Amino acid sequence: MIELRDVRKVFNQGRPNEFWAIRGVSLSLEANRVTVLKGPSGSGKTTLLSMIGCLARPTEGRILFEDRLLSGLPERFLTEVRRRTFGFIFQQFNLIKGLSVLENVMLPAYPLGGPRHALEAGARRLLAQFGLADKAAYRAEWLSGGEAQRTAICRALINGPQVLIADEPTANLDTALSRDFMRIVGELKAAGKTVLLTSHDPEVYDAPQVDRVIEMRDGRVVGG
Amino acid sequence: MPIWLQRQKYLIDFTLSSLLRRRGKNAGLLLVYTLIVFVLASVMLFTHALRNEAVHVLANAPEIVLQRMVAGRHDLVPAAYLDRIGEIRGVQKKAGRLWGYFYDPAVRANYTLMVPATEPPASGDAVIGAGIARSRGLAVGDFVTWRGSDGQPRTLRVARLLDGDSELVSSDLVLVAEDFFRGFFGIPAGQYTDLALSVRNPREVRKIAEKLALLLPDTRPILREEILRTYDAIFAWRQGIVYVLLIGAVLAFVVFAWDKASGLSAEERREIGILKAVGWETGDVIRMKFWEGAIVSLTAFLLGHLAAYVHVFFADAALFEPVLKGWAVLYPHFQLTPTIDGLQLATLFFFTVFPYTVATIVPIWRAAITDPDTVMR
Repeated sequence: MIELRDVRKVFNQGRPNEFWAIRGVSLSLEANRVTVLKGPSGSGKTTLLSMIGCLARPTEGRILFEDRLLSGLPERFLTEVRRRTFGFIFQQFNLIKGLSVLENVMLPAYPLGGPRHALEAGARRLLAQFGLADKAAYRAEWLSGGEAQRTAICRALINGPQVLIADEPTANLDTALSRDFMRIVGELKAAGKTVLLTSHDPEVYDAPQVDRVIEMRDGRVVGG
Repeated sequence: MPIWLQRQKYLIDFTLSSLLRRRGKNAGLLLVYTLIVFVLASVMLFTHALRNEAVHVLANAPEIVLQRMVAGRHDLVPAAYLDRIGEIRGVQKKAGRLWGYFYDPAVRANYTLMVPATEPPASGDAVIGAGIARSRGLAVGDFVTWRGSDGQPRTLRVARLLDGDSELVSSDLVLVAEDFFRGFFGIPAGQYTDLALSVRNPREVRKIAEKLALLLPDTRPILREEILRTYDAIFAWRQGIVYVLLIGAVLAFVVFAWDKASGLSAEERREIGILKAVGWETGDVIRMKFWEGAIVSLTAFLLGHLAAYVHVFFADAALFEPVLKGWAVLYPHFQLTPTIDGLQLATLFFFTVFPYTVATIVPIWRAAITDPDTVMR
């Protein structure tokens, strides 16, 4: 489904602080699987995830999604792919303060311009599915950590993406909430989604829902 | 609803909730912005309406007024000049006028005394303007005594008050009979203050003025269009004075608005990163910010203009009265006819809405083109 061919990424190229975050990664990621990128801080997990999710472009190498080359697309098309194909759950959840939970969930769909009643109904359905129906009108900053993360999951799912990308999703959660998150990941997999996670939390990479763990170190794949 | 329109609607919805999130800051900005538009629009509307009023008032004025000059100063015109003008073709009507100024020490105000061309008051009667009636506390039937040029007191009975609608020009006016006027100012029969000439064809006015200057070299013809131009210049000058006084306030606002519109807080930068990461294009972010600038500036423009309209046409332009109407003891009370000049409206719109909207877009463009992966870090 997703293929990486000798992907490299450099930051601050040509400057004294030049840094190669990814140093030649080739991978093939299967559809409808839960894959975890595991490794210590600075190993390149997040950078790799950003490139797969079309948030950034590789400096060298190619990334293909269902045989379509993504790495060379101009920004506009890249955004279009990102919007329809990938849903993101960030480490800090990144909900917009001051907006209601419902508005936060609907945000990724605004540029698509679909009918409002259908969009709102979809967002409420997702909130109900994740036990947040009564929180729809709450402001994002009033939510607990677990609620904020479930809201972020709803937002990631609003455009019906095939792939869900989560960067260190349990970094701000306690053990019970981390297990609850992995249970949700299992449900999403059962619903046909492909899930890509980065983590160095054993609650994540040792969870029964995970199909594959890819180990990274110093910008290279060292296992999995 | 077309997708394009629905997208704009979503962007406007998001912008409105963004503005409401920073309620205090944006309300303050809107207030100051509205105030600036209000002041500028008030001056524009007021001076424009005054000019309009002057045009209406002068519509019935004679095309040419002929004054006699002696040693560069305005002097009385002998009635014989009327006969000599009769030789110039194109002059439809001609008449001698009697008018002059009188300083009333009781209220420290200047009046204009005049003998009307038609329906003059009976000898010993006067028709007075509303400003004089107010300042002297006069009503119909009251008597008023003034000292004439020979030092003798002369008494007039108030026969009628002039209509309030014409107060802009009649506030200080006293209409009297010819014999009273001549006696009061000591002007002998056969002499006039100036001569009023009507010209049938407006294109002949300048030619006739030239002929008058040749025929009566000691006179000065004053054309109606010149008076209009003078009024225009006076009001434009007063408008300019107010603008100069306002320049400090406007500049302060420009700095404040530029800073507000062009500066992006860390929170706003973070939000842009999130929006891009969840699938907004750079264009969507710029459009959203465009709507933010447009909503703030348009609201301020409409509110400010509406307030200025009410201020000028319903509240007698109370804030600018002393500067824009002129300096006098007898302030006329009058209702201006509501008029709006399209060009002035467009100019104000261009100089208030446009710069602010641009100022909101430019910095956002710089922030919006950054890679969305910054939110992952």
